[in-house]
Amino acid sequence: MSKERIKISDDLYDIMPSDYQDLVKSATYGKEDRGWKDIGNSKELIEQHSLCAGCPESMAFRYILASLPNPEDTVMVGSTGCTSLVFPMVAVHNIHSLFGNQNAIASGLKRALSVRFPGRTKDVVVLAGDGATVDIGLDMTLQAWFRQEKFTTICFDNELYANTGGQESGLMQKGFVAKMAPVGKLFDKVRLPEIARESGCHYVVQCTVSKPSLVEKVVRNAVMISREIGPTYLQLYTPCILEIGKNSMEGLQEMRDSEKPTERFAYKEYMSEPAKQLLAEIAAKDKEKKAAAKQLASQGA
Amino acid sequence: MADSHSVIGTKNKKGQTFTDTWTMMNDAPRTPSFYTGSEVIKEALRRASCDVMIAYPITPQSEAAALIGELFAEGYIGDYFRGESEFAVMSQCAGAAFGGARVFTTTAGPGTMRAMENFPMWSGARLPIQMIVTCRGINSPLSIQPDTLEIAYLLNTGMLVWHAETAQDFFDWILKGYMVSEEPDVHLPLALCCDGFFVTHTKDVVNLTPADMCLPPYDPYRSPVPCMDMECPPVRMMRDPFVMKSNYISYATHASWQQEVWAAVERSRKHTIKWINGLIETENTDAEVIIVSSGTAVSQGREAIRLLEDEGIRCGLVKIKSLRPWPGEEIREATKNAKHIIVPEFNVTGWLAKEIKATIPNSDRVNAGPRVCGGMTMPPEIIVSEIKNLLGMRTMSLAGRGS
Repeated sequence: MSKERIKISDDLYDIMPSDYQDLVKSATYGKEDRGWKDIGNSKELIEQHSLCAGCPESMAFRYILASLPNPEDTVMVGSTGCTSLVFPMVAVHNIHSLFGNQNAIASGLKRALSVRFPGRTKDVVVLAGDGATVDIGLDMTLQAWFRQEKFTTICFDNELYANTGGQESGLMQKGFVAKMAPVGKLFDKVRLPEIARESGCHYVVQCTVSKPSLVEKVVRNAVMISREIGPTYLQLYTPCILEIGKNSMEGLQEMRDSEKPTERFAYKEYMSEPAKQLLAEIAAKDKEKKAAAKQLASQGA
Repeated sequence: MADSHSVIGTKNKKGQTFTDTWTMMNDAPRTPSFYTGSEVIKEALRRASCDVMIAYPITPQSEAAALIGELFAEGYIGDYFRGESEFAVMSQCAGAAFGGARVFTTTAGPGTMRAMENFPMWSGARLPIQMIVTCRGINSPLSIQPDTLEIAYLLNTGMLVWHAETAQDFFDWILKGYMVSEEPDVHLPLALCCDGFFVTHTKDVVNLTPADMCLPPYDPYRSPVPCMDMECPPVRMMRDPFVMKSNYISYATHASWQQEVWAAVERSRKHTIKWINGLIETENTDAEVIIVSSGTAVSQGREAIRLLEDEGIRCGLVKIKSLRPWPGEEIREATKNAKHIIVPEFNVTGWLAKEIKATIPNSDRVNAGPRVCGGMTMPPEIIVSEIKNLLGMRTMSLAGRGS
């Protein structure tokens, strides 16, 4: 899709919702170097949402949508949970179908788009919570990776079932007392980043969303690698401040505390050799482009 | 977006000519061929211009699902793979259909049950997926034998549900099914059911359409809901997500959405009647005794009618082809003269007899049986015996029935 498609007929302009007019005027579809810095200068691809005030998930959503390299040809797949309250407000096509089947939906979707649009880039990005990714949907998460399906899986890890009211999940820390873990969780946090690496993901990152520039980098890498090589996985800590007893303004500090080198959300990254090569090629091309632009500018001057 | 020119008369990459479906199904020459039901499914798919087929092994549909893989290897299907379970497969089918593909899959018995959560989602999302159901037992202890109980669970999913009697039905209905499913005023999934083994694993003469003709491709932009391919403008789908809201607008939205699914099932009636020549077929409906059934129980009914004719007893027949939409009006009309309505079924609960009882006046005319299940065959003699008993005639006792 090009931005041409979302032009509004002059006769209908004034009856279109203002957020749609804004999308046409100043959204960043087709902008090659789009990123988190566009937030505030352009129309974001996310409208008002109904998440709790100060929810880190809402920050994560905004950074991810600002960082997708190709939103004009990206389809997102969600699952049931807090994320499903946000997706209806997102200005890229997105699918919610059932709880936990997101990687199966994405497998069929990516293949259909490849059959229908040969030679064109159509990115598929899954975004779901940890219950959907690791518990009820684990089978389909892993099987999509085994099959080397070419899409990105992003897990919003808040270490519990937030939307149903704070029940134990597989990504919860051991010992944490929660609903359905009345004496504390009895087993360790599932090591999904390691499992992802062993399951065939070419790029795996675990981090928090405290730094928008980092989120931008890993999202771009994950999408570019999944487009060319195979499955990629991002596990982003988006604490549920409500369920861990924090206030609205404390989400950022919670993430900063949890990403220290000795903590459970210390930055973690695995990359396959082909993925490393691809990123090096992309970096070299970017450098070339910048040099050419610089030369052009100096010639002009 | 969709091209405005017609592809009819042009060729696909396999050299098949995209042909107007009505012409292909009704006017093109047919070649009699001796095939198993599974091979017939493959031959239908060869002509179906199918974009994506997703497979999973479960008896008795495994052979058909694997044969379609051969079609993919030959280049007739856009993409094909084995999923990890029926639940996943039906979600993968949904993903492909959301992305605008014509999708096909096959399943059976426990697989149908495992995948069940997907089916109301398919119809709610208005995905015109076609699923072949080769019915088999779903009970424990494990059974792989023919049994139609799973159809009962499909009837309230919002899917179209047809029940094929023969391999010929199967061949024609796979192709015609897409025409009904993909109508913009329908746009619903189709469960095309048959009785496992009896239809899939037996050979029959089936009249095939020319192999060098195929259906026109699916046009996802005729869908009543947007295709998720970012080829049309993305707009906020709704101001508030209805999922969590406890208010009247939210309830009313969900209610009207469900009502619209069932209204679409109703609207499919006219297309179904046109394509499969009526929702039912009838013979001798002036008779006092009428057998009403679906699937291979109809074939056994035909044999029973022949046996009864030899003894001078006249008996009519109603073959139900479509269960959703349900041919209520047709059944009322066809059975209005009947004193006895016999409903032979291959399942333990007699779901078809219950549907018929809920449809006709004086429902005590319905004899819910004979029924066999768990893979038991239904010899025409037990239908004959049931009818004679109803008529107050003496019958020979049948071995093993304790009578």
